[in-house]
Amino acid sequence: MVLVLALGDLHIPHRAPDLPTKFKSMLVPGKIQHIVSPGNLCIKEVHDYLKSLCADVHVAKGEYDEDSRYPETKVLTIGSFKLGICHGHQVIPWGDLDSLAMLQRQLDVDILITGHTHQFKAYKHEGGVIINPGSGTGAYSSITYNVNPSFVLMDIDGLRVVVYVYELIGGEVKVDKIDFKKAQPVG
Amino acid sequence: MQNSGPDDISSTEEQEKWLADALALVQHHAFYMHRALDSCNLRDALKYSAQMLGELRTSKLSPQKYYELYMKTFDELRMLEVFFKEETKRGCTTAHLYELVQHAGNILPRLYLLCTVGSVYIKSKDAPAKEVLKDLVEMCRGIQNPIRGLFLRSYLSQISKDKLPDAASEFEGEGGTVVDAVEFVLQNFTEMNKLWVRMQHQFSGLQGPAREKEKREKERSELRDLVGKNLHLLSQLEGVDLDLYRDMVLPRVLEQVVNCKDELAQYYLMDCIIQVFPDEYHLQTLDTLLGACPQLQPTVDVKTILSQLMERLSNYAASTPQVLADFLQVEAFSKLSEAVVKVIEVQPDMPLVGAVSLHVALLTFTLRVHVDRLDYVDQVLGACVKKLEGVGKVKDNKATKQIIALLTAPLEKYNNIVTVLSLTNYPKVMEHLDYGTNKVMAVVIIQNIMKNGTFIMEADKVEALCELLKEIIQDSDGSPALDELDEEDFMEEQNLVARLVQMLTNDDNSEMFKILQTVRKYFLKGGPKRLGYTLPSLVFSALKLVRLLQQQDESSGEDGVTFPQKVFQFLLQTVEALSVVPAPELALRLYLQCAEAANNCDLEPIAYEFFTQAFVLYEEEIADSKAQVTAIHLIIGTLQRMHVFGVENRDTLTHKATGYSAKLLKKPDQCRAVYACSHLFWVVDGRVQDGERVLLCLKRALRIANAAQQMASVTKGSGGTLTLFVEILNKYLYYFEHGNQHITNSVIQGLIELIVTEMQSDNTTQDPMVDSFFASTLRYIRFQKQKGDGVAERYASIEL
Repeated sequence: MVLVLALGDLHIPHRAPDLPTKFKSMLVPGKIQHIVSPGNLCIKEVHDYLKSLCADVHVAKGEYDEDSRYPETKVLTIGSFKLGICHGHQVIPWGDLDSLAMLQRQLDVDILITGHTHQFKAYKHEGGVIINPGSGTGAYSSITYNVNPSFVLMDIDGLRVVVYVYELIGGEVKVDKIDFKKAQPVG
Repeated sequence: MQNSGPDDISSTEEQEKWLADALALVQHHAFYMHRALDSCNLRDALKYSAQMLGELRTSKLSPQKYYELYMKTFDELRMLEVFFKEETKRGCTTAHLYELVQHAGNILPRLYLLCTVGSVYIKSKDAPAKEVLKDLVEMCRGIQNPIRGLFLRSYLSQISKDKLPDAASEFEGEGGTVVDAVEFVLQNFTEMNKLWVRMQHQFSGLQGPAREKEKREKERSELRDLVGKNLHLLSQLEGVDLDLYRDMVLPRVLEQVVNCKDELAQYYLMDCIIQVFPDEYHLQTLDTLLGACPQLQPTVDVKTILSQLMERLSNYAASTPQVLADFLQVEAFSKLSEAVVKVIEVQPDMPLVGAVSLHVALLTFTLRVHVDRLDYVDQVLGACVKKLEGVGKVKDNKATKQIIALLTAPLEKYNNIVTVLSLTNYPKVMEHLDYGTNKVMAVVIIQNIMKNGTFIMEADKVEALCELLKEIIQDSDGSPALDELDEEDFMEEQNLVARLVQMLTNDDNSEMFKILQTVRKYFLKGGPKRLGYTLPSLVFSALKLVRLLQQQDESSGEDGVTFPQKVFQFLLQTVEALSVVPAPELALRLYLQCAEAANNCDLEPIAYEFFTQAFVLYEEEIADSKAQVTAIHLIIGTLQRMHVFGVENRDTLTHKATGYSAKLLKKPDQCRAVYACSHLFWVVDGRVQDGERVLLCLKRALRIANAAQQMASVTKGSGGTLTLFVEILNKYLYYFEHGNQHITNSVIQGLIELIVTEMQSDNTTQDPMVDSFFASTLRYIRFQKQKGDGVAERYASIEL
């Protein structure tokens, strides 16, 4: 069992002062094995914070990230799953599922993590999953109104992944769960 | 008597030897004394005990060694006392014994014996306790050598402490009253203190090296508890109630403290008074106690004394809340404030750190006892400002630390910057911090705000806050050049300021707008290096305001038409200000954000203006090819979402976007930007659906891909560019599915065949990325073919 945190579009300090306290108290060091972020952490302090939660942090570059070393897309393998990360401002129309599906085919990944719209989304698509963890801080977005802070925790176990969505609604953390099973590779 | 001067107090080994000799002699005489006691021989007992006590006449020993000798004889005297007691049972009267011991030839042994018998005498109640005590304390005057006198009186104090005519004691009544007891202790205390002080004068005539003198003062200090015990004794007396304390004990003790004019004694005894007597008494005698402080020697550390008093009092108030009324009734705060002022006044040589730490102590007291009296708190800060007048920036490290303590205390007590901002003297204190420390304090303040989640909701408070933090948000006269600062520290500070902006907010839109204007006024003075950090936050704050105005549009009344426009004007000017940084990439992003916000407010001219600014920046300021790629995607992505534009404006902007896309430096970038532009002609909600121009875009992308491939085949093999064809294929499939009639199955078929041919061509280097991309694209087509809806029907015509 491997826990993967997907968290992005924090926009600290431009649009939000910090992660919500409720999230911070849930995200404790030592529990998470990997962090995948579709970017827009913006500043080094936030990257350092993620590093303090887990040593293995993967970030794709958002258009507000000051760190120019982040790649536009990144692919990594966790267990039997191939994950792709991309911020998503490069994929036009923004947030469009069919266009994101094309990126998923291009990267040839089982799970594609993108951001940019600040709206949590998880689709099962052609035998894969496309996830947008939303904005961890509920940052202002020109695309989405009334953004609730959210992040995603993926529990990867063999060929199965359980996607937990944490959303802060009116001061309370709501959790939702989506199950996804990868087809046995055709031998 | 003083046959050997204290100069002879010498090396440790010599001291050890003298002590050993003296102890041996005491042992020797004690042996014979014991024999006499065992055989009930009173005369011999007195003889040998007098000889034993004679050893205490030495002047050779240091106070510490003398103390050891004293303790040894003290133990022996206890046995003698028991013997005396038994003698009286055998018929010898205590009065007779009292007479008898006076025959001892030497005064010091005589007085020790007298005290010992006196103890028995009082216990027997043959004479009133007060008479015997008075007699003894008077007679002890006979010893004027400081060390010998101190120990003798200490002995007197020791043997008499359980025989005082204290209230409710068995010696009260005929033995006297508590007043007699107090009188006795006070007298002994006074004499002991005089002797103790004299120890120093005794040495002062000697021109020993300074170190020697220091050593002696240290030795003297070791004897302080002998004197202090008297005060402890007074505090233990049952009969000393508040009245007696106020009318007799305190005035007499203070009289001695003030009159002795000795730094060591004054500091120690003041501290003693504060520690041993109850807080309640202190509170009720504040005038007297505080009145003594300015009369102490100028070198006495009065600030510590006062600080301790205030700490005790605030602990008292904290542990016993019902006494708060007493604090108010005796006007403790104003008395302490006055004392602080007076002490600083009479000690002009007090270093700055002392004066400031006195205010820290007073502030701590105020915050603990009168937390709701902001006027008191401000008054303390004001008093400190007065003291700092003319000092300018404080250079002294220790004083600086105290000023930080002064500023931190209210911050941590109230944990609310808005409360702290109402203290008018707070910024005036902060002004005295040097540049570096001021910034540290500013960071502490912002962190406090963030930690407590304090929202600052009024424009005037925001103004006050900006004023308070001005060293960090703008350059001032005293600040060093920016390039001398640590880059990372500077970034962190400015990011903190940017975070702070999120806390400056109000639900009332016009107040919010005032806040934004206030903040910008300060930020704009921050100079090019800061603006890049601080302005984006301000822009997004303003965008949030726009969003609110937009959502409340219907009810916004007569202002509704112009208010959002005013905010957009504000936004335009704010983003424009970034040009001095310069930060064209950031500014372009912000312009696009504003454009979309204007779009959502249905303000076409404003949206167009923002777009124009973005394009101008793209044309004139963004030269880096990688930055251009990102910028053009952001432009296309935003433009694709705009619905406010009429045909003409839209055409102009679309034309620009496609034009710049085709002019990117690298062919693959050109190709991708151009096929992305196809979405400008096809918006899913049906507003714009120009299938023909979509096809033109894709064909253009295909031409660029071809060119890229040709170029690559000449240079490094064409595998890398083949992915562009697969990408375009995917775009074809997208429009095919979305019902664009210009994208036909034969076009798709043609492209698939082209890719297959290319892949099998000898010129093409294998690229597993492209292979898997193409494979998954084909898998997708198969997947769509199997769907049981209209899509599958369309896909049926494509053959794989």
